[in-house]
Amino acid sequence: MSLENFINESASKWMEGNGPESDIVISSRVRLARNLADVPFPHMMNKEQSEKVISEVYDAIQNNRVLAGDFELIRMKDLSKLERKALVEKHLISPALANNEYGAVLLSRDEGVSIMINEEDHLRIQSLFSGQQLEEAWDLCTKLDDVLEERLNYAFNEQIGYLTACPTNVGTGIRVSVMVHLPALVMTNQLNRIFSAIGHVGLTVRGLYGEGTQAIGNIYQISNQITLGQAEEEIIDNLNSVTRQIIEQERTARGLLLKEKKIKLQDKIGRAYGILSNAYILTSEEAMRLLSDVRLGIDLKLIDNINPRILTEMMVILRPAYLQKLAGKELSPAERDVRRAKIVRNRLSVKKTKDSGGVY
Amino acid sequence: MLCEECGKRPASVHITKVVNGEKTERHLCEECARELEDFSFSFQPNFTIHNLLAGLLDSAKESPIGVNISQKIQCPFCGMTFNQFSQYGRFGCSQCYGSFHGRIEPILRRIHGSHVHTGKVPRRTGGKIRLKKEIDKLKRQLEQAVKKEEFEKAAELRDKIRELENQIGRE
Repeated sequence: MSLENFINESASKWMEGNGPESDIVISSRVRLARNLADVPFPHMMNKEQSEKVISEVYDAIQNNRVLAGDFELIRMKDLSKLERKALVEKHLISPALANNEYGAVLLSRDEGVSIMINEEDHLRIQSLFSGQQLEEAWDLCTKLDDVLEERLNYAFNEQIGYLTACPTNVGTGIRVSVMVHLPALVMTNQLNRIFSAIGHVGLTVRGLYGEGTQAIGNIYQISNQITLGQAEEEIIDNLNSVTRQIIEQERTARGLLLKEKKIKLQDKIGRAYGILSNAYILTSEEAMRLLSDVRLGIDLKLIDNINPRILTEMMVILRPAYLQKLAGKELSPAERDVRRAKIVRNRLSVKKTKDSGGVY
Repeated sequence: MLCEECGKRPASVHITKVVNGEKTERHLCEECARELEDFSFSFQPNFTIHNLLAGLLDSAKESPIGVNISQKIQCPFCGMTFNQFSQYGRFGCSQCYGSFHGRIEPILRRIHGSHVHTGKVPRRTGGKIRLKKEIDKLKRQLEQAVKKEEFEKAAELRDKIRELENQIGRE
């Protein structure tokens, strides 16, 4: 797959929406932070050192016959600002990487794995799966890590584990997270209670777009905070069991809403559907808020002719940089709002039976 | 007037904020203003994990006799001083962990509640450590086996442990 496709192709593997518990869990992600022993951390590197790290990592992948053909190296300096943003919006790279001129990423064909080079650490190995599949994501990451380690000299300390630029990642260097859609818990005002409990078990909750952002479209990201002192499997078990409980709570809340507030719920969902199928101007905030309602309607079988994938798909497609990539030109905010509304109208007019995804 | 963010388009959005009597003004073009509120990734909140960390370290670096020794501790490999680290919240290189030895554990305990890694060990670089951890694991299993009187399994485990211990001896 060429670079063009990475940016233009709308659906990544994680967006397919067919993983376990995908009515609530949108995606599962595992990320490992690794560093080379004999080079300063990326924020202290010069251009030559950055290049050296990129070529060492690239060689390590090329050295493996199975992986060599599956990964493509993309350097940040070869991408426009818009293209970088589009990769961020697809969750394939981090904002920090996009901002580093000397950064690069090795992307797998199906976009399930990205190895970020010269982010905050030399390597950030990330795998992204649809639905609740943390174990699968970890399995893939650790195997890749083993392959890379055959050739790379990792910074590792017997007592404190993998060494990282920031002490908050030291030890396992692992960050596991799930993205969950929790409309019923938001509607019933139960989130604060649940989130404060989550804080007590070493996990943290954030809005959709990571650090410092509010939740958009009732989508939250839950991840581990502690990376040292617990084994990877314990960290994953911990997040898995908390996620299971949240799924349980969200399902209960949905059931209650359906039982006690059905008309109100139908009204809310119907209005959302009505606006989305008829609006000519949509901001991303409004679009996501209404799409969240429509998705809830699909999950509760109050709407039956739309593919549930719509929320995940639109979550990426309606973002500013992505919209502009699709349009093939720069758009002003006002133009984007018009374009966004058009895409949503088209999408909603396609019936499920002939749902091919090729309407953009 | 040009937009402060992009420096290209004329500024058409003017934002004045007064926080605790302190006035800040921003002059942006429509696009950049929207980007900023459009949960864009170019927005960097002032309160980051690194600032938070620096705060944590600040309280730890004061010496009781009033001499600030931490300024003088420097990593010989990348040149970062402990003082710089505590302002920045990030190490300069992996050697810093060794260079700032003794000052790191309390920080790690504050962040993670622990300072001992119990997870994955790299296969190649951590050869011996890996074997040691494997032996520890087998020993725990052996104890369990003996407790449950599964002697056949215990004998198997004992042989495995011997083999690994020999392997360490050889290396």
